This record gives sequence, C-alpha cells and structure tokens, in this order.
Amino acid sequence: MKKSVILLTVAALCLSLFGCGDQREVLKVYNVGMYIDKSTIDDFEKEYDIRVVYDEFNTNEEMYVKIAHNENAYDIVVPSDYTIDRLIQEDRLAKINKENIPNFEFIAPEYVSPEYDPGNDYVVPYMVGTLGILYNTTLVEEPVDSWYALWDERYKGQIFMWDSMRDVIGPTLKMHGFSMNSEDDSQLAVVKERLIAQKPLVQAYVGDEIRDKMIAEEGALALIYSGDAKTAIDENENLAYVIPKEGSNKWLDGFVVLKNTQHLAAAEKFINFMCRPDIAIRNMTETGYTSPIKEAWAEFGDNPVMFPTAEELDNCEPFLYSESATQKYSDIWTEIRATR
Amino acid sequence: MKKSMAAFHYIVWMVIFTVVPMLLILGYSLIEVTDNGVIHLTLDYIRKCFEPIYLQIIAFSFYTAILCTALCLVIGYPIAIILAGDSFKHKNTLIFLLLAPMWMNFLLRTYSWLTLLERNGLINRLLTLLGLPNHSILYTTGSVMLGMVYNFLPFMILPIYSVVSKIDSNLIEAANDLGASKWNIFRKITLPMSIQGVFSGIVMVFMPAVTTFVITRLLGGGQKEMIGNVIEQQFIVSGDWSFGSALSALLMVVILVCISFSNRKGTAEKGERGALI
Repeated sequence: MKKSVILLTVAALCLSLFGCGDQREVLKVYNVGMYIDKSTIDDFEKEYDIRVVYDEFNTNEEMYVKIAHNENAYDIVVPSDYTIDRLIQEDRLAKINKENIPNFEFIAPEYVSPEYDPGNDYVVPYMVGTLGILYNTTLVEEPVDSWYALWDERYKGQIFMWDSMRDVIGPTLKMHGFSMNSEDDSQLAVVKERLIAQKPLVQAYVGDEIRDKMIAEEGALALIYSGDAKTAIDENENLAYVIPKEGSNKWLDGFVVLKNTQHLAAAEKFINFMCRPDIAIRNMTETGYTSPIKEAWAEFGDNPVMFPTAEELDNCEPFLYSESATQKYSDIWTEIRATR
Repeated sequence: MKKSMAAFHYIVWMVIFTVVPMLLILGYSLIEVTDNGVIHLTLDYIRKCFEPIYLQIIAFSFYTAILCTALCLVIGYPIAIILAGDSFKHKNTLIFLLLAPMWMNFLLRTYSWLTLLERNGLINRLLTLLGLPNHSILYTTGSVMLGMVYNFLPFMILPIYSVVSKIDSNLIEAANDLGASKWNIFRKITLPMSIQGVFSGIVMVFMPAVTTFVITRLLGGGQKEMIGNVIEQQFIVSGDWSFGSALSALLMVVILVCISFSNRKGTAEKGERGALI
C-alpha cells in the first residue's frame, strides 16, 4: 500500500514536470561556436518570453550538410556569404520582412545589399570582417604587406594556414591577381602548384587554434580572420594584422531564416533584438568581431583591425557560391592535403 | 530453445546496427543523385578511389598503422608478460595505471599532448632549462606516431595479458621441474600460448590506427593526412557522400582481406579460432 502511494506521488511529480514545464514558443538557432555573448540570449528569452534552443557549428560546410538533410532542424542559422548565396540559389530560405526589424537602420551602408542578396530580402548581417595576415613583429623583420610573405622561405615551419579550402585558395588566387571566385582551370592550376610548393613551409593547417598559437608565439605568420586578429593583438602586443595589398576577402556572417520555419515572427524578433546597438556592443566585446551596427562602433575607438578603411574594403571581394567551382576547389584541396 | 532466442536478439541487433549501415555505405558508393533528384547506378566513385593520389594515401595509412602496431607489440608484449607473471608485486597498481587514463576522454588526452609538444611547450621548455637545443616535435610524423602508440597501447597489452595470465601454472612448474631454462620455458610454453592474444592485440590496434583521423588532425596539423581524414572531408566539407562511402567501402575490403589472412595464419598455427576474431 505504502509503496503504491510513493509510486503514484513520483509519477504525479514527473508528469507535472513534463506537463506544465515550458509552454513558451521555441526558437531554434544555429550559430558558429563562441560567436555570441550568451547572456544576450537569456535577456532575449526574458524580454520576449520565447525559449531559444542554441546550437553551435564549426564550419559552414558542416552546418549546410545538417540543414540540407533535415530542413526542420533550425529556424535561424548564421552562415557566411557563399553559404547564404548557396541557400538562396537553392531556395531554402524564407523572406524576412524588414518592417519587423526596425533596428536594420543601424547597419552601416557598406554592409547592406551584398551581391547575392541586393535587397536584403533574406539576410540581416550579424558580424563582418576581413581575411588577412597576422604576424609577429619580433620574428618578422620587415612590415608585411603582401600575400607573398606566406611563401617566404625564411619563415619555414613558422607559418600557420587555415584548415579551410576557400580561405586558403581564395587569397592565393588574389595574390596572382585573379578573382577569389575564379573557376578558370588554368588559374586554379597555378594556384594548386603554388599551394603545394608552400606546404613544406607551413607548420600546420589548423582551425580556431591559430589564434592561441599566435598568442603563444608558436609561429611567425598566420592566415587569420580580423576578429581573431583583434583578440590576439589584445593579448600579445607583438602581433600585427594586415590586409595584403593584392586585396583579400571581406566577409559577412548573417542571420537567415530557413524556409520551413513555423516561427517567422519570433525569428524576426530575435534578429531585431540582436541588431540593437547595446546588444551588438556586448557581442562585439565578447567575440572581438565587428558588428555592422554603426551605433555600436564608438565604444571601440578607431581600431584599424575592426574597422578597415574604405580603400582597403574596395580592394576586397566576398566569397560567392557556384556548384562547379566548389567541386574544383574540393578536388584541389584534397590534392594539396594529400601531397607529402 | 533459450539459446536460439538469445541468438535471435543478437542477430537482430547486428542486422540493424552493423549490416544495414554497411549496406548503406555500399549503396551510397554505387549511386549518383543528379540535380533533378534522379538516382542512377555508377562505378565512377569506385573508379575515382583508384586514382594514384588516393592509393598513395591508403598506402601511407597502412604503412603508418603497421608501424604503430609493431611498436605497440614491441612495447606491449613484455609489459603484458611481466603483468601476468606471479613474481611482480605491484601488478594491480600497474594495471590500474594502465587503465586509469582510459577513463578520461580520448580527445582530451590527445589535446594535452599538444601543450606538451608545442614549440614553447613543456618538453621544449625543459630542454631549454637544461641548456639543450629546442626541437619542433609537433606536426611531424613522430608526433602522430607518438599519439597513436600512446592511445592504442592498452589495446595491445590487455588481450595478451588476459591470455597469458590464463596459462596453467602447472605447465611452467612441470617444465621447471624437468630442468628447462627460463628462455626455453618462454619459447616453448609462454610464447606459443600467447599467440592468440597477440593476434587479437594486432587487430585491435591496427584497425583504429589505420582509420584514425582525430590523431592525425590534432598532432599532424593537416600535414600528415591519412585516409580517415580524406573520408571525413568528403562527408563534412565536400558533402560528397558517394565518394566518401566508396573510399570507406574500399578501406573495409582491404582491411577485411588483411585480417582474414592474418587470422588464417593464426588459426593454422593454433588449430583453433583466435581470441578475438
């Protein structure tokens, strides 16, 4: 008798836990790892009474595979240019109503209307930046201004490259005066030879570790994103960042809403919230990356890494998507990695 | 009746979690999905696997895995024999020390090698302290091999230990009584009776070694890629599941051939099945 009473009580407790737990609307967000001040999500949940399920990915490719195989997996994702381009081309995104995102007006004009989404029908920029070279001024004698520095024999074994095909092939194309989005076979053949020749000079092809490796002075030169460069320079004053004179990649990671979403209104609230200047400042402080929200910039002075000049940006181009090019890049990348 | 019921559960389990996934991999490697969603059979992906660049990577992977297995055997065999012997006092402590790291996550253990091997890492700082020149240890074939042997050594020691510790001590006593030397006892009794464990150990080390991609990525820095890395890249970066599956299928066939060959040799010598396979 006693036993059954206890059992019933336990069962009732369990039911109450599951039953009236959370009645709030659920918004599923998929963003790059370590790319937000997580307390801003808590604040959003409190303010709008919406529960946010927040997951993180490492690479755009990994994220794409996941949402392509399960179109209901997320409501909001935060891809980079070429993946946004791809998702638009493949008709996987829902149109965003900008009237519901009044904070859109805070976005600096240079980051509005990217080539692949001229009216910002699908994307609201979250973070922006450039690709460049981070170097240690005590180990590299002269100031670096060209991609050729990554091919300098004097720094053999002290160069770090990013473990990502577009970020490695793109600058090499640019170094030869080609477009970062080239799919011309003869141009790509030149680039492939270059990169294979570079391999003995490279200490390692790594991911997010690059930043910590450079802070710890494990290498002299590294291919790096501006946000990581900013954080690294804050930690180690011997480091300097440069956007090479041949030009580079300017990138944008933005909020997009997946087509199958049942929570478009909640998604727009979330995006609008993230565009609020005070929230943008918190996210910039936490990640070291640059938000396109202009009202947030004053907080950071005129940091040249975070806020490139108009001339520097003019010399840069975004990565775009093309299926045939991706296949070519992928084959070249496999070959470079496999060569020993 | 009871026995066959138990076997039935086991068979269902195997079919769902082993046979079906393997067939899926095989299936993926033979089909191509065109843009408009039409699926058709193709041998292109299998053919692509035989391009010299991929064969070279497979050859390098096997070379590395064989070297790793040999090192594990050379290091692990004596340890296993010592552990199994009665004369060793701190046997349980040593077994505990051997197993304790395995309670920790494998990734974590491999990451910790990074901080040891780095240019300004612990080992190099010690060298500097002793006035010795620094070495770049990380991101070399050596660091990959170190990581592999470190991670897989217990899989060599434990099967040998378990087989050797089951050897009937009467046999050794009898040999002693009849005046056999220590070397002869080892050669005529311990070694032949431990062979089963050695074969299990070889299989248990070789298989994860030949397919590893985490160790090569963390400690090889993308410089010493193995076939596992190429396969991972097909699934995660390129999204080319068909080619990734084709490479996996080819790798499975090659491993299967190797294992069945070594198994046949093992069973021929012993006249019975090996301890593991």
